Amino acid sequence: MVWTMESKINDILDDKEIRRLLKRYHYLPTFFFLSAAFILMFSIFLPYWNLTLEAPQYPDGLHVNLYVNRVTGDVSEIDGLNHYIGMKPLAEAAKFERAMSVFAIISLSLITASAILVHNQWAAFLSLPVMLYPVVFVGDLYFWLRLFGQNLDSTAPLSSSVEPFTQPLMGTKAIANFVTSASFDNGFYLACLSVILLGIALYCHRKSYRPLTRALVDGSYLQQLSDRH
Amino acid sequence: MFFGQLFKPVNIAFLLMLCLLSGLIGCSGQNPSSADLDNMDIPADIKEIADLRGLTPDDIEAAVKTYHPSGMHDEYIMFSSGGHSGQIHVVGIPSMRLLKTIAVFTPAPWQGWGYGAAGSMEILNEGNFGDTQLRWGDTHHPAVSETKGDYDGQFLFTNDKANARVAVIDLRDFETKQIVKNPIANNDHGSTMVTPNSEWVIEGGQYAAPLGTDYSSIENYAEDYKGMVTFWKFDRSAGRINPDASFAMELPPYWQDICDAGKLASDGWVFCNSFNTEMSTGGVESGNPPFEAGASQRDMDYLHIINLNKAIEVLAAGKTSLVNGFRVIPLETVVREDLLYFAPEPKSPHGVDVFPGGDYMVVSGKLDPHVTVYSFEKILSAIASGPAKKDDYGIPILNFDDVIAAQIEVGLGPLHTQFDNQGYAYTSLFLEPAVARWAMGGPYKDRNSEPAWSLVSKIPVQYNVGHISAAEGDTVSPDGKYLVSMNKWAIDRFAPVGPLLPQNFQLIDISEPGDDMQLLYDMPVGFGEPHYAQIIKADKLNPWKVYPEVGWNPETQSIDPHATTTGEERIVRDGKNVEIFMTAVRSHFSPEHVEIKKGDHVVWHITNIERAYDATHGFALSGYNINLSIEPGESTTFEFDAVHDGVFSYYCTEFCSALHLEMTGYLLVQP
Repeated sequence: MVWTMESKINDILDDKEIRRLLKRYHYLPTFFFLSAAFILMFSIFLPYWNLTLEAPQYPDGLHVNLYVNRVTGDVSEIDGLNHYIGMKPLAEAAKFERAMSVFAIISLSLITASAILVHNQWAAFLSLPVMLYPVVFVGDLYFWLRLFGQNLDSTAPLSSSVEPFTQPLMGTKAIANFVTSASFDNGFYLACLSVILLGIALYCHRKSYRPLTRALVDGSYLQQLSDRH
Repeated sequence: MFFGQLFKPVNIAFLLMLCLLSGLIGCSGQNPSSADLDNMDIPADIKEIADLRGLTPDDIEAAVKTYHPSGMHDEYIMFSSGGHSGQIHVVGIPSMRLLKTIAVFTPAPWQGWGYGAAGSMEILNEGNFGDTQLRWGDTHHPAVSETKGDYDGQFLFTNDKANARVAVIDLRDFETKQIVKNPIANNDHGSTMVTPNSEWVIEGGQYAAPLGTDYSSIENYAEDYKGMVTFWKFDRSAGRINPDASFAMELPPYWQDICDAGKLASDGWVFCNSFNTEMSTGGVESGNPPFEAGASQRDMDYLHIINLNKAIEVLAAGKTSLVNGFRVIPLETVVREDLLYFAPEPKSPHGVDVFPGGDYMVVSGKLDPHVTVYSFEKILSAIASGPAKKDDYGIPILNFDDVIAAQIEVGLGPLHTQFDNQGYAYTSLFLEPAVARWAMGGPYKDRNSEPAWSLVSKIPVQYNVGHISAAEGDTVSPDGKYLVSMNKWAIDRFAPVGPLLPQNFQLIDISEPGDDMQLLYDMPVGFGEPHYAQIIKADKLNPWKVYPEVGWNPETQSIDPHATTTGEERIVRDGKNVEIFMTAVRSHFSPEHVEIKKGDHVVWHITNIERAYDATHGFALSGYNINLSIEPGESTTFEFDAVHDGVFSYYCTEFCSALHLEMTGYLLVQP
């Protein structure tokens, strides 16, 4: 079957057309799949979300940067302040997610990349986890923000003066003498970019017929081409 | 006043505008840009306020030059001796605001200095005299550490005239790290000064006495009493003086006064002046002339010219003897090895100051209206040609006329000299009282339009000026701009506060050439009589905001082995010894209950685990004379014997947070 296909291609297509087909059905989807996977993996190194707390006593503000596996910035200072209102230390949030995140993201990326080799509807299925990943991240972040903000220790020193609250995912909020402002950060934007690239990859990949592409990239066939010239 | 004359008829608002536009205010960055100033309207009510307060245009100009709106930082920092407060005062220039007092020789509760904290107790005890705990000092001459003759802002040294001690302050945390007691002397004055790279910290003596602090009858003054200059070896990497590598030179029993290190042209030499070369021994009660008269008989005293580099060679060759375990080059060796020369100086001087290039030295005989400028080149050639005369101890005396470059009549009671960047020198005139500006000669003469070696102008000061300090005014590259007149008397300058009055620091603008010097600000100094000060560009200082790591021991500048972290707080009992490992954080100590028995020996470690700027916690324990300051990251230790039973509270003495009052605990001592 494969052999037949190759012969047929050989008969009907010229080199220029072969190069075009290679580009359209092989290089292009491969590039987008790999890009999506690489960018998603690279997002591990960038913060996904950040929070700034401003108060007169902190002229430079207090900052936290949320990565998929860690929280950096003025964590101990914010924990110290949070103990007054009875909020748990940030280190106790999303422990499982942070522990699994790097492994999970690499796995998702590799699974997505493997769709390159799958030339049917299962390719979309393999890409689905990455497509959903940003939404899952946002949902999980909201879950923890709500859980921490709504469950303040009622025996904390300032529990009577600060009502339970939920820190918005984006935008500002006044809490006691602080104004907090939250925004998504570059890591998250990369994850979103990865989803877009994946969509393009799937679009390009949609019509790529496996025997055709295999014939196109098959080494012996290319050899024939070069022999002919 | 140039500005005053020019603008007297002009309205004040216009003058204010002009001051702002002319960029005379010495600040940048945080000010509105000049474009903003162009468009700024000076409200008419400014004139009204000025009229109401009786302010002149000059006053308004001075106010504009010194006023710092909230949050604006000073351009310069002045380290002033604290005199008999035994401390160092840190003052912002030009705002003249007291920023901090650094505890040195004297316990200071705010800094937890000498009230239990082990580091401070150990450092203070280093300065004990035998079994006597010396708990004050008379700081005279602070010296910022130098690199190539310029302030590097890393360390600060100061002396205690009363007890011949030298202290080292680390300018990373502005805390005293070491006190060395001079083993051979009981008082000093010619200290501290540093050599151009701070290898040596100079401590010149003052009132001659038998070296080693021994007894000898005053009848034996000429034979047994000695002057001295000590060279303390500073180990910059350790941040400490190394007494074992230090040494002293025995000097004749003239009263050495102030020293200065040579630099550039005179690098490797040290200059000290002296008085009482008469060797008056006082005894007014026995009908002898009092010191004030006896020490003022001769027309000339001796400028000491010390070949430090050669002294170091003599030291390396082992030609020293031990006095109280300290290496001293004996006077006969000093003579034999040609380590010391004298140049006559107008009598009873109170300062020798080396020019920025090290090429001239200026001495002011305080009973002579001149400043006398010596040429180092001439000194070297006079030495080379072989001095003809010697004093009774065999020290060669150079011929006065062979070594002087100039004498300038500046006024009455000249004392100390500083330098600027426009070829001017400034000399304090105690008696007038005023500060004289005079034009330097030699290579400095082209920096202004006045004739070389001439008096340019004077500005009166209130009152009785001692030292003066110009911005980086004793370095190889003085900045000019500001000069502080450190006046001994204030008299009527401030609201009366009883018979003991503050001293008066007066800030003078020296940025304009010629006869234009402007008095800008009076700062009352109600905390000990300062002597000398140094003014360093603020951006040369780079102090820590918090200690580098949690658990930091400021004495060792490293992590303390007893530092305690969250969750590891504990009380460990071993027989009668109780050891407490505590943390402090807003707003609690942990533990909050410490239960011990009377007779226990308690060793108590506290770590401030904060990382926030300014989140200092204090720790006061009632009944046991314990008070600590624990800055963010700092770990400290104190110990005491539980001699009182009862219930004692301990609490945070720094208002650290809204729940500061609740930051407390109980020490329960069972009978």
